[in-house]
Amino acid sequence: MPYYESVFIARPDISAAQVEALTESMSAIVVEGGGTVAQAEYWGLKSLAYRIKKNRKGHYTMLALDAPAAAVKEFERNMRLNEDVLRLMTIRVDELDAEPSVMMRNKNSRDERSRRDDRSDNKPAPKPDAAPEAKTEAAPEAKTEAASTDAATQAENKTEGEDK
Amino acid sequence: MRGGRKPFFRRQKSCPFSSPDAPKIDFKDVKLLQRFVSERGKIVPRRITAVSSKKQRELARAIKRARNLALLPFVVE
Repeated sequence: MPYYESVFIARPDISAAQVEALTESMSAIVVEGGGTVAQAEYWGLKSLAYRIKKNRKGHYTMLALDAPAAAVKEFERNMRLNEDVLRLMTIRVDELDAEPSVMMRNKNSRDERSRRDDRSDNKPAPKPDAAPEAKTEAAPEAKTEAASTDAATQAENKTEGEDK
Repeated sequence: MRGGRKPFFRRQKSCPFSSPDAPKIDFKDVKLLQRFVSERGKIVPRRITAVSSKKQRELARAIKRARNLALLPFVVE
């Protein structure tokens, strides 16, 4: 059976427990269709990058499915009927990740961090683990390179001027 | 104009996703994707980021998926 990853956003005015119940009932549809839910991750109430149906926040949940296409279709149909679901996206993946996704990892590290330095307002840009730190180096490097080329051309222009 | 100028050697940039320990491109990894998106929310061309064409396509797909899920903005105003 193919693997799928399905992420849905639920309305912010329902509680986390209700989201849980929604996840349960939707998982049941998949199981009924002969599939299995390998993993269900609740990412929490996250703020949306833009408004969806006038909402600024939403409960994100990801399901990792191993199910026949028909079951997924039925699952999607029911999701779309449900008015608590703002957005839904199911994609097929080559393999399912056994470990928790990046979202969960980031959230955990952020929680630890906020506990450590006792701040509540560091949501947008807390530096996570080592990996993204290595990544951030790439961009400034490119910039300095551009700057150095500017400097180089300037220097060249100067020498030319002196020659004349 | 260009005649007397000595050639400038640009350092070879390598694709940030092609090394063996490179991060996986995934629409859920917002922090990673954000580095390949401009302040306006546009996807940065690969001539600037030095991403290989194959990975750029993968990256664009991931960014568009993230946009659909409101993880990334379509436009920043």
